[in-house]
Amino acid sequence: MRQALEGSQAIARAVALCRPGVVAAYPITPQTHIVEGISKLVADGVMDCELVSVESEFSAASVALGAAAAGSRAYTASSSQGIMLMSEVLYNIAGLRVPMVLTCANRAVGAPLSIWNDQQDSMAVRDAGWIQLYCADNQEAVDTTIQAFRIAEATELPVMVCVDGFVLTHTMEPIDLPDQDVVDAFLPPYHFARMLDPARPISLGTLVDPAWFTEARHSHHHALLKALPVIEQVDRDWQAATGRAAGGLLEVIGPADAPTAILCLGSVASTFTEVLEDHPPDDPVKLIKLRAFRPFPAEALRAACIGVKTLIVLERALSPGLGGIVAVEVQAILATVPDAPAVHGFAAGLGGRDMPVELLPDLLAAARAGRPGEFTIADVQLSKLPEEDR
Amino acid sequence: MDAKPTAPGTGSLKAQDYKSDLKPVWCPGCGDFAVLSAITKALAELQVPREDAAVVSGIGCSSRIPAYTSVYGFHSIHGRALPIATGLKAARPDLTVFCAGGDGDGFSIGGNHFIHACRRNVDLTYIVMDNEVYGMTKGQASPTTEPDWTGSKLTPQGPGVAPFQPLEIALSAGANFIARGFSGDPNFVVRLIVEAVRHPGFSLVQVLSPCVTFRPEQRAWKETTHADWAPEAASTDRREAFLRLLDDDGFTTGVLYKGHNPVFAPPHPSSANLADLEKGFAL
Ligand SMILES: Cc1ncc(C[n+]2csc(CCOP(=O)(O)OP(=O)(O)O)c2C)c(N)n1
Ligand code: SF4
Repeated sequence: MRQALEGSQAIARAVALCRPGVVAAYPITPQTHIVEGISKLVADGVMDCELVSVESEFSAASVALGAAAAGSRAYTASSSQGIMLMSEVLYNIAGLRVPMVLTCANRAVGAPLSIWNDQQDSMAVRDAGWIQLYCADNQEAVDTTIQAFRIAEATELPVMVCVDGFVLTHTMEPIDLPDQDVVDAFLPPYHFARMLDPARPISLGTLVDPAWFTEARHSHHHALLKALPVIEQVDRDWQAATGRAAGGLLEVIGPADAPTAILCLGSVASTFTEVLEDHPPDDPVKLIKLRAFRPFPAEALRAACIGVKTLIVLERALSPGLGGIVAVEVQAILATVPDAPAVHGFAAGLGGRDMPVELLPDLLAAARAGRPGEFTIADVQLSKLPEEDR
Repeated sequence: MDAKPTAPGTGSLKAQDYKSDLKPVWCPGCGDFAVLSAITKALAELQVPREDAAVVSGIGCSSRIPAYTSVYGFHSIHGRALPIATGLKAARPDLTVFCAGGDGDGFSIGGNHFIHACRRNVDLTYIVMDNEVYGMTKGQASPTTEPDWTGSKLTPQGPGVAPFQPLEIALSAGANFIARGFSGDPNFVVRLIVEAVRHPGFSLVQVLSPCVTFRPEQRAWKETTHADWAPEAASTDRREAFLRLLDDDGFTTGVLYKGHNPVFAPPHPSSANLADLEKGFAL
C-alpha cells in the first residue's frame, strides 16, 4: 500500500515484514528512529521479535551474532561511531559466515565530531567481508532491506544496507510497502545450516592455523564474488513479485552511448537523476548508480563504461593520503579495458554539506578542465583555510 | 577566552574565570548548568591555575562541559573519557584532571572502563551527571534507569533490567573516594568536588542532575534527596561503607567513602623532563 512515511519508519516496517527473531540496538543519530520504529511495532504487537536494547554497538552486533548463530533471523542498525565500534564484530560475523542484515544510516566519522551525513562509516568497513548495498531513495531502502535478508540467507553472508543519514532516514516520501503475504512468499522461514544446535554440536570461531587461514580467506572472498549473480537474481525475483526492481548491481540512467558518465552511490543518485532530465541533449551524460559496492560488480562496470571517455566518480568519503576510495577501485577495474575512460575522482557532501543540483555542471566542468586520475574535494571552500592548509 | 594570568597561590581566580565565553546549549533548567557552575567554583576554591587543570569528557549533553570551561578541555569519544583521562594523567601527573560525562557514557558504553579506572585508582576526579537517561539521543533508558520507566520509545514497556549501582561498583572495584551530590544543591556539590580533588586516587562524584526534557519528573528530586552522608563522617572502612549502601535509597547525598587504596603511580615524577621521559623507552 502506498503511503507517506519517514525513511526510518519505512525501513522499520520493511524489517518487520521480514519477521526477524532478534533485533539488537544502541541508539545513535541518525539511526535511532529506525530502532525506535521497530520497538513500537514490537510493543504494538505487529512484530513478534525479541528487541534487545543493549549498552553499546559492540554489544548490538554481538547480540545479533549470537542470535543468528542460534538460527534466528537477526537484524541491527547503526551509524558512524557505532559502526566503528562494531567493526571487530563485523569482521567476525562475516568471517564466520553468519547471515544477518544491518542498516547503516550513513554519517560522518569523527573527529571532528559531526552527526551529519557522509559515507565514511560504511566505507571504513568495506573490507570486513560484508555485502554492501547503497540505496538512492527510501523505496529502494525498503525493497533492499527485504532483499537483503534473502541475499544474506542465500549466500551465508551478512548484508549491510546503506542509507544516507537524514537525507533518507529523516525524509518523508511516498512508499509502497509490500503486503505481508508477498514478503512471506519471497522470504520463507530460514534454516541456518551451521546453526548452533545441541543435537548436532559444532563450534563456531575456532582458531585457524596457517595451514588453513589462507583457504578460509579465499573461500570468503569467493563467497562474495559468487554473491554477485545472487544479488541480481534476487532483484529480478523482487521485480517479478512486486513490479519494482531496486537497482541490481548497478543501474545506468540516461543515454547508453553517452561519452560522459558519473558514477555515484546513495541518495545523490536521485538528485542527479533529476538534474540529468534537464541536461542539454547535445552533451549526453549518463549516470552509473552503483548499488553493490561489495562485492564489486567489476564486469557490470566494465560493460557500463563501454564508449565512455570521461568517467566522473563522485563519493561521499575519502581515503586521506590517497584521495578517492571508490575512484581508485574503479580505476583499477578499468585498467585492463582497451579505451578505458579517463577517471576523475571527486569527494563532496562530507559531514552533511549539501549536494545541490548545481554540483553536476560544476563536476563536469572540473573534470573537463582537470587531469585524468586526479582527485579533488569538489566543494571545499579553500578561502576558509589558512594559507598553508590550502 | 581571555588570557588572565593564573599564578598559583595568588587567590585571585574567581569561578567566572574558569568559564569559557561559550553559552551552553543545554535545555533551560537542565541540571548540568549547576554542575558546570560547581566545577568552576571548586576550581576557584582550590585556586588551580587554569593551565594546570584539564576536563576530559565523552559524548552526551553532559559531555559538552569541557567547552564551557576555560581550562584544558577534551571532548572525546562516547564512553572513552576515562582511559583518555588516565593517559593524560600518566603523561602529566602534575595536572588536576577531571573526567566528566553522563550515566550512559560512563556506565553503558564506557562501563568496562569505569570498573578498571576504579581498580587502577588513578588520581583523578570523575563527575558523572546522572539523569538516568540518554539525553542527547532523545530519551532512551540508561543503565541507571528504573526498570519500569516507560518514557522511552526504545523500551516503551520499560527497560526491565536491574539498574546499575555506580557507588556499589566503585566501592567493590577499588575507588578511593565515593560521593553523591544533587545539582539542586550546588554548594554541596562544590564541597564534594573539592574533597574529591584533595583526596588521592580515583574519586567518583555521582551528581544527580535532572534531564528536564526527557525526565521532567526528576524535578521532584529536590524533595527526594537527603544529605545524610556528612562529608566529615565519611566512612574509611569498606565494610561499613557497604553496609551504608544497603540502606541507601539512591538519593542519599554526601561522601560515602574515603579509602586508602594504593594510588596508581605513574612511572615518572611530575618534574620529568623530556630526557627523563625518554629513559622510559630505553630497552
Ligand atoms: C559509539 C557511539 N554510539 C552511540 C552514540 C550516540 N550517543 C551520543 S550521546 C549518547 C548517550 C548520552 O547519554 P549520557 O551519557 O547519559 O549523557 P546525557 O546526554 O544524558 O547527558 C549516545 C547513545 C555515539 N555518539 N557514539
Ligand atoms: S536533553 Fe536533558 S540532559 Fe540534554 S540538555 Fe536537555 S535537559 Fe539536559
